[in-house]
Amino acid sequence: MTVMTMYTSNNLCNIRTGTVIQGKWHKRHYEIIKPLGKGANGVVYLAKEGRAFVALKISNEATTMMSEVNVLKRFSEVQGITLGPCLLDVDDWLHPHEKKIYSFYVMEYIEGDDLLTFIQKRGKEWIIVIILQLLGDLHKLHEKGWVFGDLKPDNLIVSGAVPKVRLIDVGGTTIRGRAIKEFTEFFDRGYWGMGTRKAEPSYDLFAVAMIMMNMCYPKRFERKENGREQLRLMISSHPYLKKYEKILWRALDGKYTCAHEMRKDLLQCMQQPTEQKEKREGRTVRVKGKKKFRLLETMFLFVCLLFMYVVYLYVQIL
Amino acid sequence: MRKGTLRQILLITDGCSNQGEDPIAMAALAKEQGITVNVIGVLDQDIIDEQGLREIEGIAQSGGGISQVVYAKQLSQTVQMVTRKAMTQTLQGVINRELKQILGSHASIEHLSPEKRVEVMEVVEELGETVNLQVLILVDTSGSMKTKLQTVKEALLDLSISLNARLGNNEFSVFVFPGKKGEVDRILDWTPKMESISSVFPKLTSGGITPTGPAIREAVQQFQKRRSLKGLFTHDGDDDVYIEQSM
Ligand SMILES: Nc1ncnc2c1ncn2[C@@H]1O[C@H](COP(=O)(O)OP(=O)(O)OP(=O)(O)O)[C@@H](O)[C@H]1O
Ligand SMILES: [Mg+2]
Repeated sequence: MTVMTMYTSNNLCNIRTGTVIQGKWHKRHYEIIKPLGKGANGVVYLAKEGRAFVALKISNEATTMMSEVNVLKRFSEVQGITLGPCLLDVDDWLHPHEKKIYSFYVMEYIEGDDLLTFIQKRGKEWIIVIILQLLGDLHKLHEKGWVFGDLKPDNLIVSGAVPKVRLIDVGGTTIRGRAIKEFTEFFDRGYWGMGTRKAEPSYDLFAVAMIMMNMCYPKRFERKENGREQLRLMISSHPYLKKYEKILWRALDGKYTCAHEMRKDLLQCMQQPTEQKEKREGRTVRVKGKKKFRLLETMFLFVCLLFMYVVYLYVQIL
Repeated sequence: MRKGTLRQILLITDGCSNQGEDPIAMAALAKEQGITVNVIGVLDQDIIDEQGLREIEGIAQSGGGISQVVYAKQLSQTVQMVTRKAMTQTLQGVINRELKQILGSHASIEHLSPEKRVEVMEVVEELGETVNLQVLILVDTSGSMKTKLQTVKEALLDLSISLNARLGNNEFSVFVFPGKKGEVDRILDWTPKMESISSVFPKLTSGGITPTGPAIREAVQQFQKRRSLKGLFTHDGDDDVYIEQSM
């Protein structure tokens, strides 16, 4: 067995527009349009099968590809809900110049912006909307016995005229109870010294809290000596995060065992401050009303007096 | 399938050996005994030493393992990834061997249809999760590694977080070379918990010699000692199945 190269070969990164990739087994044709993104495990291209757009992921690492295909396949078996892109085809491609075989798989193309870009374009008020959507999806995923694992803004695409978050890149998706397959340091509780890398719902919920952090600190930051203390400062010094401080900490400390709990708390927290505001506003309105009433009273009296005076004068003159 | 044990050596170094046996030969020897040798080369900046690179790749190749060259900063993720991928590779080798037994000498995972391959991968993943693992870590502590030792320590702690999340058992042992007296020093004996290296990990480097070959030889001997000790104490042979990679 040979030494594995962990980075995708250059030839795979530069497949030219117009190249037709034909599968060795299923003989379906895909015309390459442009690269969509490149990761540690392969390259994803926008491609066309007939007139339909698809996303095609190709890699020189058959192993990780097959493991991703496995997850996507299981997701498609779950009926009625879409978790991640639909899997359309799995095949091998014989590279015409290299005479080497590469594995690829084809999935639904999800058009849209990644989460960070979307929030920058559409505004902060969308953060909570997306997080609530995400928690809903995660809950379903956890119930089916999976943990997403590599949860981060880059792996979330907001898509559609009515914006809806979609999970992509299932490379980290792991069966509950096993060891997380792939992760990104900033979003990994192991990195922050705040928990294990066991695939449990609380692992994903930690990442959700870190996604909210990342929305407020788009540059991210590195861990220092005491990770927890560092996160505490970052949360308490940011007005947006401060509002959700309690919930963020419950998520970071692994206190939520289920995505629905966190979702419920977020919903409640959102309603609270607005309620208080309304109450306060209600009161001021009433106070203002009283003042106005008094003013009207005085004016009315004044007008009455004036009227009587005019009548008096009129009578006098007559 | 039986529950077995995978044995790996993980060598972390930044350059060329300059004393003792040829490390590539020692790695080949390890492989003959069913032990995989993986190598991580740690770089400072862009300085890439051709000869060092060749040695790093050579050791992994002849040791049946994986090599990866990284900057110190990316070490944690790499150590984790290399160890996992090496496990998968070995297990795939085992599956390939079984496939050949069933389907004839030309069969291998690559020749299966994608559908079958996906199924095989599921088995490999399952095995990777449940198999027992023994990792012997060999750290180069020669002069040039001085600035990187803190990062190496952190990467090893990180590795134990990742591996301890698995269902299977782990055992770690850590050696550094050159040693204070001899060529190699053991700083951590076989243990399921690597956390204790924090206190014993050397802060200082020792000298200019880099006896990579002898270090690998010593590591292989440690595995053999471990094996014979286990044989003495365990009565059921079940525990003693070692998974070896075939070519
Ligand atoms: N189904 C899809 N629809 C649209 N874009 C996609 C799709 N799948 C992947 N992409 C794009 O391609 C990029 C890389 O894909 P992916 O994350 O799967 O690769 P990777 O090698 O696993 O990368 P990573 O380093 O994040 O693990 C994504 O960040 C995304 O922008
Ligand atoms: Mg990925």
